[in-house]
Amino acid sequence: MKGFPLPSSLQVVPGTERAQAAYPYYMQFGPEDDQRFWFYNAMHFPEPMHAFDSVTGEAAYCALGAANTRVHCLPTTKGIDERIINGRVYIGGVGVTDPAEIRERTDEFMQRAFYYYENWETLYASWKVKMLALIEDAQKLPPLDLPKYEPLEHVHAGRGIASNHQLLDTYQKTLEGYFRMWHHHFEFLLLGYGAYMTFFSFCKKAFPEISDQSIARMVAGIEAEIFRPDDELRRLARVAVQLGVEAPFQDGSTVQTILESLKDMGPSGRKWLEELESSRHPWFNVNVGDGFYHYHRSWNDDLTMPFAALPSYIRQAKAGDSLERPVAQLLEERVQLIADYRELLGTDEDRAAFDQMIGLAHRVFPYVEGHKFYCEHWYTNLFFNKIREFGRLLAGHGFFAREEDAFHLTHYELESAIVDLMQSWSAGSPPRGPQHWPAIVAERRAAIEAWTKHDTPPALGPVPEIIDDPAIVMLWGITRESLDAWLKAEDGGDSRELKGFAASRGVVEGTARVIKSADEIGRLRDGDILVCQVTNPTWSPIFHKIAAAVSDIGGSMSHAAIVAREYGLPAVVGTGTATRRIRDGQRIRVDGGLGIVTLLD
Amino acid sequence: MESTALIGWFADLTLADRPTVGGKGGSLGELTRAGIAVPEGFVVRTAAFDAFVCELELESPLRARVDALAADDLDGITELSGELVARVNGAPLSTLLCDTLHAAHGDMLGTDARSPLAVRSSATTEDAEDASFAGLQDTFLWVVGADDVARQVRACWASLYSVPSLAYRRRKGVPEAGVAMAVVVQRMVDARSAGVMFTRSPTTGDRSVIVIESAWGLGSAVVSGEVTPDRFVVGKITGEISVREIRDKHLRHVPRATGGIVEEETPRELREKPSVSDTELMQLRDVARRIEKHYGRPQDIEWAIDQQHRLRILQSRPETVWSAKEAAPVAVAKDNPLQHVMNVFGGRR
Repeated sequence: MKGFPLPSSLQVVPGTERAQAAYPYYMQFGPEDDQRFWFYNAMHFPEPMHAFDSVTGEAAYCALGAANTRVHCLPTTKGIDERIINGRVYIGGVGVTDPAEIRERTDEFMQRAFYYYENWETLYASWKVKMLALIEDAQKLPPLDLPKYEPLEHVHAGRGIASNHQLLDTYQKTLEGYFRMWHHHFEFLLLGYGAYMTFFSFCKKAFPEISDQSIARMVAGIEAEIFRPDDELRRLARVAVQLGVEAPFQDGSTVQTILESLKDMGPSGRKWLEELESSRHPWFNVNVGDGFYHYHRSWNDDLTMPFAALPSYIRQAKAGDSLERPVAQLLEERVQLIADYRELLGTDEDRAAFDQMIGLAHRVFPYVEGHKFYCEHWYTNLFFNKIREFGRLLAGHGFFAREEDAFHLTHYELESAIVDLMQSWSAGSPPRGPQHWPAIVAERRAAIEAWTKHDTPPALGPVPEIIDDPAIVMLWGITRESLDAWLKAEDGGDSRELKGFAASRGVVEGTARVIKSADEIGRLRDGDILVCQVTNPTWSPIFHKIAAAVSDIGGSMSHAAIVAREYGLPAVVGTGTATRRIRDGQRIRVDGGLGIVTLLD
Repeated sequence: MESTALIGWFADLTLADRPTVGGKGGSLGELTRAGIAVPEGFVVRTAAFDAFVCELELESPLRARVDALAADDLDGITELSGELVARVNGAPLSTLLCDTLHAAHGDMLGTDARSPLAVRSSATTEDAEDASFAGLQDTFLWVVGADDVARQVRACWASLYSVPSLAYRRRKGVPEAGVAMAVVVQRMVDARSAGVMFTRSPTTGDRSVIVIESAWGLGSAVVSGEVTPDRFVVGKITGEISVREIRDKHLRHVPRATGGIVEEETPRELREKPSVSDTELMQLRDVARRIEKHYGRPQDIEWAIDQQHRLRILQSRPETVWSAKEAAPVAVAKDNPLQHVMNVFGGRR
């Protein structure tokens, strides 16, 4: 039978066995896992996981599964199981096939999911309130401090609980908040995607040759929050020109140099810096990645990314470009697009069904597009930065050399290190951690390096006859057809061609820049073709630099396709193997209309 | 008989004139009046044909002998066809018709009397839209001078009595009394590139795309299937070019110096080049949308782009294959719109 390698046939990279063992036992592959189909979740976790970062998978799948299995009761699917090997996250769906159980779950689903759809606007409004409250809670977590003596006012107030306890309390609240956030993340997500997919499938049947991007354009929001950070950059570019302080913004200048020059520019310079501050909070709380790794720092943490985009925006502003997205015009175009497709439908019955489905898609879409800013970006930044604070505290007490080293510990191990420090503070004796952790951290750092260089199969185990799991189809774009294409590529494929989704039209030839992580973005030169595992909307500022984009993962829901289109760049997404088959520096041709990438040398 | 009864200019014709100017003539009139760029021209009405055949009938019976043929009597059909084609081509045109054609030719071309024209059959039978009927009658390209125009009008009429035409009519049992032919006379487009386009996908019936086929030279090479054309699929609404198949177009039809057309090898450097630019694809899409909107239904369209890169429309007829089997609705409205999501969440039933 056709299939991918079995999980049991995968070898842990020699020398990394202990780092592999650090992941919780429930994430390790076991013999029974050979019976199931797994795929590498390169869309969300394109790089090997630091031990701590695996908490993201855990928290997200706890929440995703709860929503699907127990809250909304999706009839044909439950949750997602997760395993990690060589730092790579493999996941497998849990389908429901027993007709009686599907019937039972359908009844439940209609009482639950339908209630959500019917009350979507109200529930989403209260979702934002809940989410902002959660963000505020995280912001209010106290700074970490172990004073030599408990402050006198604590004693006089009869507080009774000493400062070391607050470390544990804050750590647990930090972790609890992260798990809670993911429940909010999945409260609406599958229902939102499902309503969109309903409309999507209708369009594909009514117009067999319609492109994914045309369907997305009928539904996509124009003023979604995810566009806002980039809009703020454009605004800052305009303001710089208006204030006449644009001189320091030169390609290649460091953030430090630019900021210092502005401080020396008198009131106008200070005015621009004030404008910068107002944009930063909250809109610079976006990651340069998907927010699933601790090193996906936000624009606020590192202004390099947003500042890299400013010189060219400023040049455009000086050339008379308003840099404002023509919102009214985009809205009008969307209305026209919908009317034009509607008119082409074969019957009035179709038009009535179309109206119902697009109505529902429009209702759910603000959530689908809007939640990312609050969850994956803003909250996730707060979370990782709080953990970083613990790293700083522990590094200060000699547990390891750098604050970032804390991310080489799992969240259980990190708690044990914190308890160690609490003990040592209370006992007045040295902590044990400084003898224990440095060697482990070094071992795990080496493991991440080894795993990064090690290829991993896109999927494992037997290929299912059909993929009837709406979650897997919608979230990962995986279908029987895409698996067959992956299998063919595993066989070596034949040709100089990669096939993917036609995401944004146009044909471009150029130099491929294979970017495997966000911190390699600096290697991109003007006119390069970006080749990455997954394109990300917060990379938008680099889209004005590149000539085309190619990704391993991504399908009809891919935001990257929309950004590429907005920038008028050819893009092919969901190729499965682009980052493995294309060499850095290789000349390639990208045909975004056909969804084909050709290797030219 | 008035000359306006014998010919009608495109600008004065609509689809309603089909009984006297044929399907092609009516369509070219309709397009002209809709502001579509159609090469200028006129139609020799069926009345001219009727008068001509009447004269022949006076000499000796013609229609009755065709009616008497058995559908399976191929020998009889062949024999009679040879006789009738010769009779038609040998019979003189009436003075009135000759004068009318010369006058119209002069009106259209003015001092440029050597400008080439196309002379095209335009049948009036019910089956005129039938693909198997189309192509049975002749079209003459690159016709120069009023005398040749008159000769080729008569040749079009004669093609109504060709073996395939007669065999087809006998097989379908079409009575000769209702058979008539109009003839289109219009300016010839000296085509750099030409082809056909369909305002719904011939393969999937999708109405949201326009499928464009194109090759170098005159469109006759594409229509006759002698060259594999480039093929493009363009979003009707979005303008996306989703399919772009550039083929080896080894030959092309071009005008012959002495009149008529000739097949030649495509220059090597052009063979595998796209025969239309992206800008031209967008122009084709625009005009296809306008024509479809005008008729209110999908169309099959013949087009050409001349040496000055100007787009001209040569013919448009309603799409018949998919329209005939208009499918059941993809989905119908539900009492509770939410029921639609069960298509995604309910599993494959």
